[in-house]
Amino acid sequence: MSAETATPLLRVSGAGKSFGAVTALERVDIEVFPGQITGLVGDNGAGKSTLIKIISGVHQADSGLVEFDGREVSFASAAEARAAGIETVFQDLALAGNMSVWANIYLGRERTTSFGFLDKKGMSQSARQMLEQFRMNVPPIDAPVAALSGGQRQAIAIARAAAWGSKLIIMDEPTAALGVGETAAVEEVIRGLRDQGYGLLIISHNLDQVFRLADRITVLRRGRYVGSRMTSETTPEKIVAMITGAQTGMGAG
Amino acid sequence: MSVSSTATAPAVEHSPTPLLKRLLLKPEMGAIAGAVVVWIIFAILAGDRGFLSARGTANYLEVSAELGILAIAVALLMIGGEFDLSVGSTIGACGMIIAILSAEYGWNYWMAVVAALVVAVLIGVVNGIVVDKTGLPSFIVTLAMLFMIRGATIGVTREITGRTQVGGLKELSGFESAQKVFASDIHLFGTNWAISIVWWLVLTLVATWILLRTKFGNWIPGVGGGLQAARNLGVPTTRVKVTLFVCTAVAAWLVATIQVTSFGGADVLRGTYREFYAIVAVVIGGTLLTGGYGSALGAALGALIFGMVQQGIIFAGIDADWFQFVLGGMLLAAVLINRFVRSRAVLVR
Ligand SMILES: Nc1ncnc2c1ncn2[C@@H]1O[C@H](COP(=O)(O)OP(=O)(O)O)[C@@H](O)[C@H]1O
Ligand SMILES: [Mg+2]
Repeated sequence: MSAETATPLLRVSGAGKSFGAVTALERVDIEVFPGQITGLVGDNGAGKSTLIKIISGVHQADSGLVEFDGREVSFASAAEARAAGIETVFQDLALAGNMSVWANIYLGRERTTSFGFLDKKGMSQSARQMLEQFRMNVPPIDAPVAALSGGQRQAIAIARAAAWGSKLIIMDEPTAALGVGETAAVEEVIRGLRDQGYGLLIISHNLDQVFRLADRITVLRRGRYVGSRMTSETTPEKIVAMITGAQTGMGAG
Repeated sequence: MSVSSTATAPAVEHSPTPLLKRLLLKPEMGAIAGAVVVWIIFAILAGDRGFLSARGTANYLEVSAELGILAIAVALLMIGGEFDLSVGSTIGACGMIIAILSAEYGWNYWMAVVAALVVAVLIGVVNGIVVDKTGLPSFIVTLAMLFMIRGATIGVTREITGRTQVGGLKELSGFESAQKVFASDIHLFGTNWAISIVWWLVLTLVATWILLRTKFGNWIPGVGGGLQAARNLGVPTTRVKVTLFVCTAVAAWLVATIQVTSFGGADVLRGTYREFYAIVAVVIGGTLLTGGYGSALGAALGALIFGMVQQGIIFAGIDADWFQFVLGGMLLAAVLINRFVRSRAVLVR
């Protein structure tokens, strides 16, 4: 694949992180390319969430190197990572249930008129346009998100992440709480983002989904880097073996 | 990165929410209907006994105003996902601070009022920071504060004065000008209207405007309905919560100042039960106990209903003992009705 020669949008090399005596991550590498999806897999406690929290600025790595968009970066906070163009959709808890769709999309980045008042009209209009760009059924923009389906809510959270000039979107189990149909709809939104050139990093427990979506797969086990594979050059059986430790192979495949 | 429109987007539904549903989704709808119903009931029961007169109206509006000032701030806090059970005790504490500093220590009345304000702000900051940093439910933290503040108020007052009431403020310097601001009457329609009614109306407008028209206002239901989400999105959640706790404490201070200035004295037990009455008004006003949704206007209307019922019962010649019974019944009815209406209105899909 030509992507092998392209410059990665994100490259983490040799990342390590300890919480007191617990080593959560040790010498982990991962790459995300623009217009591609990297799947991050591993058992519970493998360090997946810790890794994405380092990338998104929530945690700071003890060791290793993070390069984003061609520069070495070290984010002191999630706000800094966001300002640089990294958005994260966290597992759940992504929306405020009783607020309208547009108010959720603009939460924390409210637009105001020149008098300093909320520009409600402008925000609800552009929120609708924003959602129309993605392959989704646009819900009533004034409705409270509690009235929407889980899939619609997750799609809104993802669309919101994509809407702010971001380049890399990280998702922690984006469809874990969804039914089959809703999962398919959210996967469609994710593919839409990939086609638009975003780099995507997705944690998923669902290997079928990973193989449906991802261009490359990175495997962690007990905080250690097991390896990375191109999806087209591996099989679910081989990935399972890497996750469970039946087979270890260092270095990118 | 340019976000260009993809041609693959499926047909997009543009169904605007119907007007009726939009109205039903407004949290204060129940309180508006409730206020009309309660007014009609007492117009029938006590219309010929003064309930409908300007004087009767001014009478219940003053009661509504004193609760409303508190309830508006409590509504913002509850929309922000927290309770404040310490507001009643804060009323007692602020009143006593004003009375003791001015009557016992000879402070100018205004200086005493400002000192009480400083203490109120501190109480709010302590409530907010303890809740935010410990992650304990605000119900417990402010319940503890309720008793600590009340106990300290009684203890300190008795230590200094040997009594539990302090009076004789009317002669003090600065009292007269404070009276104009906090406890004067406005003559209109042949009767006197307490200036606290003006405070109530102005604060209702200000709070509604903040909630619906400012960034900070958008953060309040965000923090109350999705704390983690709001934090992840860069909303300064600690600042929002602490500010809301300061608002409730300052509202308690304002009520205390109005009361002390009206009576010319203070009692350590002032404000008892006010924290619960405020929650009743807020809930009748359509604000959810779980946070994230509600209305300052609704809380003001809840306080209006409270005042109409409390005074209407007296006008109607019913034993005032029944007021609390009616209040509890109304609370239950309001919660059930609001929940029913909302569950209908939320089905917008
Ligand atoms: N904040 C923390 N404090 C202490 N230990 C943590 C913290 N976060 C994660 N860990 C530990 O780090 C390891 C990796 O956790 P995590 O990144 O959540 O794994 P995963 O998301 O793959 O299930 C686990 O052993 C976990 O207990
Ligand atoms: Mg995890």
